[in-house]
Amino acid sequence: MSRLQTRFAQLKEQNRAALVTFVTAGDPGYDASLAILKGLPAAGADVIELGMPFTDPMADGPAIQLANIRALEAKQNLAKTLQMVREFRKDNNDTPLVLMGYFNPIHKYGVPQFITDAKAAGVDGLIVVDMPPEHNGELCDPAQAAGIDFIRLTTPTTDDVRLPTVLNGSSGFVYYVSVAGVTGAGAATLEHVEEAVNRLRRHTDLPISIGFGIRTPEQAAAIARLADGVVVGSALIDHIASAGSDQQAIDGVLSHCAALSEGVRNARR
Amino acid sequence: MTQSQTDLRNGPDVNGLFGAFGGRYVAETLMPLILELAREYEAAKIDPAFNEELAYFQRDYVGRPSPLYFAERLTEFCGGAKIYLKREELNHTGAHKINNCIGQILLARRMGKKRIIAETGAGMHGVATATVAARFGLQCVIYMGTTDIERQQANVFRMKLLGAEVIPVVAGTGTLKDAMNEALRDWVTNVDSTFYLIGTVAGPHPYPAMVRDFQAVIGKETRDQLQAQEGRLPDSLVACIGGGSNAMGLFHPFLDDTSVEIIGVEAAGHGIETGKHAASLNGGVPGVLHGNRTFLLQDDDGQIIDAHSISAGLDYPGIGPEHAWLHDIGRVQYTSVTDDEALDAFHKCCRLEGIIPALESAHALAEVFKRAPTLPKDHLMVINLSGRGDKDMQTVMHHMEQSQQEKH
Repeated sequence: MSRLQTRFAQLKEQNRAALVTFVTAGDPGYDASLAILKGLPAAGADVIELGMPFTDPMADGPAIQLANIRALEAKQNLAKTLQMVREFRKDNNDTPLVLMGYFNPIHKYGVPQFITDAKAAGVDGLIVVDMPPEHNGELCDPAQAAGIDFIRLTTPTTDDVRLPTVLNGSSGFVYYVSVAGVTGAGAATLEHVEEAVNRLRRHTDLPISIGFGIRTPEQAAAIARLADGVVVGSALIDHIASAGSDQQAIDGVLSHCAALSEGVRNARR
Repeated sequence: MTQSQTDLRNGPDVNGLFGAFGGRYVAETLMPLILELAREYEAAKIDPAFNEELAYFQRDYVGRPSPLYFAERLTEFCGGAKIYLKREELNHTGAHKINNCIGQILLARRMGKKRIIAETGAGMHGVATATVAARFGLQCVIYMGTTDIERQQANVFRMKLLGAEVIPVVAGTGTLKDAMNEALRDWVTNVDSTFYLIGTVAGPHPYPAMVRDFQAVIGKETRDQLQAQEGRLPDSLVACIGGGSNAMGLFHPFLDDTSVEIIGVEAAGHGIETGKHAASLNGGVPGVLHGNRTFLLQDDDGQIIDAHSISAGLDYPGIGPEHAWLHDIGRVQYTSVTDDEALDAFHKCCRLEGIIPALESAHALAEVFKRAPTLPKDHLMVINLSGRGDKDMQTVMHHMEQSQQEKH
């Protein structure tokens, strides 16, 4: 079983949802970002999404745009992001780690080389925002052949006709983007999320994680009652943006993560 | 004259690919919209009522056909090829951009969309979009980089007069690429109500093909007009390229005529060797941005490098995918000219023909000044004069003052 399968199976046994955290690699700098990454599992993150910085993050709102800019100004690149994953794996072999970003840096790195290096570094899955199933042959298929899960975003605009196309070739989990919009935007209603989860369950047995607009432990708990995973990104990254020092950034992200985790763990009790 | 028939005009394939270029690299939220847009466009394209309406607005609102003008003084000055200018700058709103805007707004209306968004660089596409939105009574939001707002204030004012909301984009270098990112973010947020009116032959399928089809009226008219005036095909075509819509509009109807030499002119900015340019084909490598695979200015990590050109309309780090393919197969020759060469051509065109060209179009003219003198007098050369230069007064004035100071 892959790390993602194992983790979601364990949590299902414990009758709780996964806390899935997103941070951008190299934000606010390599060392602080690595410290955050290494600290997330102990702070309660069950699955980690690590953003691969890109100059043109078209699907992201202001918080993650700025995170990308900070990381790139600190000279983060894809090779360093893979290096971070290798360092993370030195003392963590259980927490699934998913790289998330846009296709061009991977395209430039070279898809076969990227897949080889990502697998060797200990990457479990990929979320590539601008890589729809229409282009499966370019990245999704070779990644899965190498044992790396390819996680799809489904959205409020993905209707029942299109869902099978999107889910075909999805693995690891399904990421439901609960609002049509960019990251960090307003939250969806619980009614909408519940309906969406039910609809997705009719089409797939994969775990379903919900993201976009979830910021507080209370919101995370509410979603954790409905879905298999709760994704939080911008709210964590805001702690980096407002920090006066690297240590403040690290502490801010990890303490918010701990609070979210508390919410998720107690949600179904 | 016999023509060799090839089949270079059939692209893209069902997935929006021109060879290895094009495609639909967008977030899932947008995929259903893009698929719907493709279906709607395919239906509209063969609907006689849609085409009649399009023809009506092209004639009575845009002012088509635009003249194909024999530029006698330019021809004399160069002393070689016989030079014709396709006068797209005489269109309503002063550039070729309106050809595409009229087509897309009719499609938006057919699809029941109430809100139009667009990105703009030089502001010509923004003005053309605001114009057609006003004409059809639709809400209009234009995204424009802060750098471009600074250097194209007249166009910003025009858009506002026409009732559009102009939203400044501070991200990146505040130019066209950043405006396009922001427009995509708006679209992903307002999927139900909004039609994204892309201004060039780039973006996800079906935009590159659709914008090309709406602009191809330029080449079709040129073909008929030159036939009437000279009784034959041109020997060469020259057009400037940012995203590449005016060039594709002129080139496309001639792609299968192998006797016609086709030249696209990129903006070399301070010079390609300086790294400060906007020449995606001559100075970039293939990658994926804004929904399509094409040539891009990027670094070793695949990060997009900001383009530079004196002309805001060419200041984009990518190029339409059909151009990438035509470059790849060698059908079109892509050259580049610098800011200084374009400015020199700008002044010459003003003095020789009494036409103030857009700085974008001045890039095409600069290539003509290099090329025409070496060609025989019976060589027929057509240049797409894609826009007028009124919007560029501030930039040209600023540049003239600077070069005055450097002389002292």
